[in-house]
Amino acid sequence: MTEVTEASVRAEVRAWLEANWGPDQGLVEWREKLVDAGWAAPTWPKRWGGRDLPPALAAVVDQEIRRIGAVGVARTGIRTLAAATLLAHGADHQKEKFLRRSLTGEDAWCQLFSEPGSGSDLAGATTRAERRPDGRWIVNGQKVWTTSAHHADWGLLLARTDWDVPKHQGLTYFVIDMKQPGVEVHQLRQMNGHASFNQVFFTDAVVPADHLVGEIGGGWAVATTTLMNERRGADGVGSVGTGAAASDRQGRIYDEERAEVATVMEPYKWYPQRAGRVDLVLKRARETGKIDDPVVRQEIAKLLILARSAEWTARRARAAQAAGGPQGPEGSLGKLAASHVARAAARVHTLISGADAMLSSEDGPENGIIAEVLISVPAVSIAGGTDEIQRNIISERVLRMPREPATDTDRPFRDVPRNAVGQSRR
Amino acid sequence: MQFTFTPEQQEFRGVLRRFFEEISPPAAVRRLMETETGWDRAQWTQLNAQLGLCGVHVPEEYGGQGFGFVELGVVLEEMGRALACAPYFASTVLATTAILNAATTAQKAALLPPLVAGETVATLAFAEPNGRWDASGVEATASEAGGKWRIDGVKSFVLDGHTADLILVLARRPGSSREAGLSLFRVRGDAPGLARRALKALDPTRKIARLEFTAVGAELLGEAEGAAAPFARTLAQAAACLASEMVGGAERLRESALEFANMRIQFGRPIASFQSMKHKQADMLLEVELAKSAAYYAAQAAAEDDPDLVALASLAKAAASEAYLSTAIHTIQIHGGVGFTWDNDTHLWFKRAKSSEVFLGDPAWHRERLMQAWGH
Repeated sequence: MTEVTEASVRAEVRAWLEANWGPDQGLVEWREKLVDAGWAAPTWPKRWGGRDLPPALAAVVDQEIRRIGAVGVARTGIRTLAAATLLAHGADHQKEKFLRRSLTGEDAWCQLFSEPGSGSDLAGATTRAERRPDGRWIVNGQKVWTTSAHHADWGLLLARTDWDVPKHQGLTYFVIDMKQPGVEVHQLRQMNGHASFNQVFFTDAVVPADHLVGEIGGGWAVATTTLMNERRGADGVGSVGTGAAASDRQGRIYDEERAEVATVMEPYKWYPQRAGRVDLVLKRARETGKIDDPVVRQEIAKLLILARSAEWTARRARAAQAAGGPQGPEGSLGKLAASHVARAAARVHTLISGADAMLSSEDGPENGIIAEVLISVPAVSIAGGTDEIQRNIISERVLRMPREPATDTDRPFRDVPRNAVGQSRR
Repeated sequence: MQFTFTPEQQEFRGVLRRFFEEISPPAAVRRLMETETGWDRAQWTQLNAQLGLCGVHVPEEYGGQGFGFVELGVVLEEMGRALACAPYFASTVLATTAILNAATTAQKAALLPPLVAGETVATLAFAEPNGRWDASGVEATASEAGGKWRIDGVKSFVLDGHTADLILVLARRPGSSREAGLSLFRVRGDAPGLARRALKALDPTRKIARLEFTAVGAELLGEAEGAAAPFARTLAQAAACLASEMVGGAERLRESALEFANMRIQFGRPIASFQSMKHKQADMLLEVELAKSAAYYAAQAAAEDDPDLVALASLAKAAASEAYLSTAIHTIQIHGGVGFTWDNDTHLWFKRAKSSEVFLGDPAWHRERLMQAWGH
């Protein structure tokens, strides 16, 4: 076997792209080719459409795809979390069924972990899955904060299958078909007026036996993989993409990709505001004349220092990972940093806007964008794991500090005090 | 920009860490800080004989190792971690860098080899009792008569100024102001007319002195009245270096706080198992890691002579100042009453954090500098 080097990968993918790429083909059709050639997910095993390449060499593939202006695989939404989770824990027939379609973008996914009665304490889930004699699982309960549930084909479901063992041991992980009668999806309105998330109600929804991921009672370990990958994406460094969607390039495939991204990204349209819009701070300070105020200058500088340091820290974590380190809890550091940045930005925007910080929509600064920052930032330190949970993760997994004595893990889950809300079905 | 250290740089760090753990344990720091000199010449010689540390960023043509500011940053981070008492910041960071920036080739060839060998210890005297860190604070004058220069004025906050063999002095043409009229000179430590006094410093691990110049004969370095730009560059490079030193100390403090919290039992369990303690430790880790990222970025900028160095050095210095002091305060707090005792080592780092916070400019000053450097 010849040695795989940066140069050899570059030459091979470049030649392949030149022979196969063209904008006048269907999005799925093109991605099928990428998968068949192994360029779709180069770090994945060969068997599942990858090439077993280390991350550093996979980056070369990305560069070449971008260089030629080609469209990449589907990377938006929960499907990347689904793929990462199934890759680590799925059975072969599940990988066969789902991995390829996650890359081509044919399937959309949602994540069904949080419940009204279990937010930070995800292992306290009370949505129940019961096995019927024929092997099928029947699901009843309620999930919440589910992005994209209304157009998802599949859901990553964490459900309780055993109430007589300690909480973490009674959970099982399933892939559930979202397009079935027992699944009802309702929008959830947020304090900033948007409705980006859903509540999902299960009433005797069905999961076939072969859609169980991992072991019965082994759901927590599988969910942890999903969460680690989720937090990794929350460090403020943009994910690598083709960038084609943002461009005005002509061609059938670009149109299809733009439509795909628009659908998936619709719920996230206020997310830039949630992150604080650091990019608007200097412009606003100049326009308002506050740039000359020494107090404001100090606060702006503090914000810029924080934002840049956070970005560089995320890059350090990624560089360490690219150099061969495993995906670890450093994602939690990035998420906590992003929270600090967003909150600092909201403070500085208020300082700059003065009385105008009371105004919203077309009466507010930046046509309401600043108001949207102020009422969206509180979400950053909650969504995807609260700051407090991130601090627990950092202290326990990175700093190896002892856990607090627990009163909920040493007895059957049935006997653990729970929220009343989590027990009601509707 | 690189966001990781090379395997060679990591190995270099490992060697340094072992070396400083051996020669600069807290007991050694305590012994040296009680002396007026503040450092030990035999140990200084060892520093250079074994590791050539004084020449890390000096080109090989002047006897140095030919590395850059990234490697120098690693040395400083490790020295800051160990709180090593040596005139390294004065001699290698400030004086050697100033010579590299300002002196003529012939002067470099004459001055650098003994500095690199550690035979001569130098310092840079630029700040004055007015406490300003940039050119605008320079009031000392240099006058020329018959081809000879004389310096008059007072320098303060001079690192190791009372023990240095060679003193580089920033002075101005009488009547000039700000960046105009500035020149750099060298003066022997025992020059007639130079009165040196060690100042009573809050931080006993870093000695500072007041130097009074009365008609002291001096040799011009580089161009007359051309020192403003080389000095500004030296200051930015030194600020980046100080940021590295500070994050090294901050990390050591953070680790000591963690170690104590894991060991200390109250209410029947290690205090490290309480969420209030764990969350504080997580916040400390984040703050130190953010400051490290800024320091590493500034070191790279210095190494690559990035045009944005002034801004990036100020960014790193401000971030490191805040992180070091806040880590020191948390570390004392986590230790409880023990943390406020003389016998506990935390105060040694706390005092270094406090003096480093203002040395070369406090965080507010650097934040303003950052804003101006970025054109805001």
